[in-house]
This record gives sequence, structure tokens and C-alpha cells, in this order.
Amino acid sequence: VNSSPRDAVQAALRAAFRRIAPEVDFDGIDARQDLREQVDLDSVDLLNLLVALEEELGVEVPETDYEEISTLEGLLQYLVSHLEEET
Amino acid sequence: MTTEYPMPSLGAGMSQATVIEWYVTPGDVVRRGDVIGLVDTDKGAIEIEVWEDAEVLEVLAPPGTKVPVGEPLLTLRPPGEAPAGDRDEDLPAEGLPTEAPAVDGSARVEERVRASPVARRRAAELHLDLSGILGTGPGGAVTLGDVEEAVAEGTVARPLEPHLRVTPVARRVAEDLGVDPEKVRGTGPAGAVTRRDVELAAEGDWRSPRRAEEGRRAEEEREAGEQPEPDRHAAMRRAVAAAMERSKREIPHYYLATTVPVEAALQWLERTNATRPPRERILPIALHLKAIALVLKGYPELNGFWEEGVFRPAEDIHAGLAISLRTGGLVAPAIHDVDRRSLDDLTTAVRDLVQRARAGSLRASEVTDATVTVTSLGDRGVETVFGVIYPPQVAIIGVGSVVERPWAHSGMVGARRTVTLTLSADHRASDGHRGGLFLEEVAALLQTPEDL
Repeated sequence: VNSSPRDAVQAALRAAFRRIAPEVDFDGIDARQDLREQVDLDSVDLLNLLVALEEELGVEVPETDYEEISTLEGLLQYLVSHLEEET
Repeated sequence: MTTEYPMPSLGAGMSQATVIEWYVTPGDVVRRGDVIGLVDTDKGAIEIEVWEDAEVLEVLAPPGTKVPVGEPLLTLRPPGEAPAGDRDEDLPAEGLPTEAPAVDGSARVEERVRASPVARRRAAELHLDLSGILGTGPGGAVTLGDVEEAVAEGTVARPLEPHLRVTPVARRVAEDLGVDPEKVRGTGPAGAVTRRDVELAAEGDWRSPRRAEEGRRAEEEREAGEQPEPDRHAAMRRAVAAAMERSKREIPHYYLATTVPVEAALQWLERTNATRPPRERILPIALHLKAIALVLKGYPELNGFWEEGVFRPAEDIHAGLAISLRTGGLVAPAIHDVDRRSLDDLTTAVRDLVQRARAGSLRASEVTDATVTVTSLGDRGVETVFGVIYPPQVAIIGVGSVVERPWAHSGMVGARRTVTLTLSADHRASDGHRGGLFLEEVAALLQTPEDL
């Protein structure tokens, strides 16, 4: 059992990347740099990522919040805070 | 009647491909459209489909075989057409005329190992070759008991090579996750280990420290002895090079561009998507694809093939979507019948296609069927892209990134989001005037997204 929501989100992110962009080195991502630029995610990849996270965590990121998830750290924090809201 | 299933041609310039894996075994009944195997081409691994309902009789090209286009891979026969021997055991249907025995088919069928259906299924689960098991049933048929006994006593010969029962994608994912794919329980066809099986196995063990440690070690080893895939990249590069060289050598391109305000379309999308969860959202590319396809219906000279000096218009509109791979190279698999599909449906198709292109699991019909190509270098990319036509197609439509510009309308200037649409077309098949009208019509249609 995961000890913290942050771990759960981290695991979900890793699994989601494996599905939508298997060629990306997840551990090599700089969490504070622009995510899409770094790993060359296009809009289709981004939507696939959000669908995977929706399925895994039940958190739906609205389009109006895309600014907040421009970095991996931003995405992680966003998901953690919304997970906590739900529980 | 037996028929042969040949190696399909998966694009201009392809002369042969290597069988990686069969998802079917003799005795399986397949339906039209079923994916039956995986072959390795210079465009990557591609799943091949069958185009008739049939029973698989015999695999002529086992995995690892290089087969020229047009040479037989499998023999098939119509489903339900039992060989003469088996037919005798069946009760003839009342009142129906009995067909003449399929003499042609039965000769080959005799070679097939006789086995009860349960035995056959069990053997497939265990990846055993039935021909290595002694049958004790009627007529020497292998029974379930025979299979179990052979396994228990270890007398079964030639178990299928373990490396043949893990799909390539599953193998790659397993490597990434530090999972031994041979130890994963397969749920795919004939017990094949699929990517999902590997992921589940990894997730099941995710929290086990031992597994995590093994995974880390495997990763370190892999990094130390990093084995790139130069062949795969080189092959894809060659395929792109050959197609583009041919295109620029043979096709007299002409190029047109127009800048289209997309404020109304994007606002409509934003409103539509605001209340939808991610899985139900519509992508802007779906709007473009649909608008392009609807207008193409009135411009048959842009949708089809130029072959041997004549233009042959295509009946349907299958749009190849150019997808650049992060690992290098490019594929342009087709989305079928774009003009007849809803925006939701098109978005789902695009998402699925992009994900599968990245994972290297496209299907034969997708890599061969495109009648026209649409290229977009991404929403963060360049403003304008002029594509190079993929022969023997005659047009490629480019969709640039969204750019906010000052836009004059009715004597007033305001900020509007715009997109530059381009058309590269074959001047042998169409002329610039019609090409221009085409782009203008697409631009106009994008102003009323609710009609798409």
C-alpha cells in the first residue's frame, strides 16, 4: 500500500507515461522545466496523458487549468491536492 | 476450398517483411478484420488483418521467416467447411443438400494433428506443439488426458520457443520495468504475453522492495550496455527517404496557403470541452480533419492516386495522419472514412492512433489505406507547414499552429487566433485554382464548427 498520495500520484504518472510515451525517460524529466517542451508532448499526447490519469486517479483536469500543469511538479501537486479534496 | 493468405504489400517500395508472431494457430476460426499476426517491415512492426471469415489450416511461414510480398503466409478455408473425414461424424442437416466433399481441402487437412477441441485449447495455453503428443483417442486423436500426461511426464516435444509468445511491445515494456516476460502469465491470443500483462505484473509487484531493486539493477545494466536499435531507425529512415525521393522526382507539386481565423471554432471547442472529462474531450485536429474531409468530397481530384500516368480517384476518404516519432522517423497511418465520423469518434481515433504509433503497433490497413494525408507539426510547432506528397497520393494538407494575430474585420482590427492551412498538390491531377477554392471552403466550414 502506498504510504502517501504523492507516491500514488508518482506511480500513476510513471505508468501513464509508459502507456502514452513509452520512449520517454521518465526519471530524466526535470520536474520544474516545461513538461511538454522537454519531452515533446503534442496535444494528442497531453490528452492521452490526462485520460490515463483520469482513469487511474479519478482526477479530471479541466482545460482551463492547463497552465497549472505545465511542469511535472505542477502536475504532481495539482493531482495530489485534488486527490485529497476528494477523500 | 483452401485459399492462401499472402504477405500483404504495406506500402510503396516494400518487397518483403519478416514474420514476428502469429496470433492464431491452425484450427482457429477468424473473422473478417481480425488481426492475426505481426510482421516486421521497414516502417516498424505492423499488425496484419484477414479479409474473410475463415478457419486457419496451416502456418506456412513460422516466426522469423522473411517472406516476399505476395508469397503465402497461411492457408485458410471457409469456416464450417469440415474435411470429408470429420463430416461423416456429423449428422447431416435435415433437408439440406449435402455438398460434395472438399477433396482439395481434405488432402491438406489430413496433415493436421487430430485432437479434441479441449486438448487443442489446453495445448495452446501451454504453448505445446500437438504433433509431439501421442494421441490415444479415437483415430489417434490427442485427448485432454494425453496433453496433461505428456506435460506431467515431460515427454512433450518441441514446446514453442518462449520468445515467440511475448509480443515485441510487451518485451520492450518488460525490459523497461525490469520484469522477466517469460514469467508473466499471458492473456493474449494463444497465451501470448501482452503489454498489459507485463504492466499488471509490474504493478502487482510495484511495492515489493525486491522487485524494485531488481528493476533498478536491470535499468543500470541496460544503461551501462545501452543497446540502441540502429537497424530499426536506419530502416525507417530509408523508407521515408525512398518515398520522399520518389515524390520529389515524380510529382510536380504546387503549394497554396491561407490564414484562417479559428477564434469561433476554438471558443466553441472550449465551451464544449468545459463540461467534459478528458476522455470525452474533442481535439482541435478532429475539427480540421472533419472539415477537410467534408470539403474533399467536392474535390475528387485531391483524393486518390496517380498511378502509371493516370489519376484514379478514391471512393472513400481515408486521411493519413502524419505522426512524427520521438525516436526518429515518421508514420502516416490512415483514419478511415473521416467524412462519415463524428468529432468524438475522430478524436478517439486520433488518440488511439497516436498512442499505437508510439508503441509500434499499427495495423496493415492503417499503413496502406490512406487516400490523402494531413500533417500538423503540433500545437506548439511552426506557423506553416508545406507537406511533401506521399506517393501515389496526390495531395497533403498542412495545419499550422494556432497563432494570435491582429485581424481586420469590417474595418476594425482585433486580436484573433488563427491557423495557416496549406495545400501541397500534384499538378498532374489538379490545378491551383481548384486547390485554392478547396482551401477557402475548408476555411469557411471552420467558421461554423457546430455543423461539423
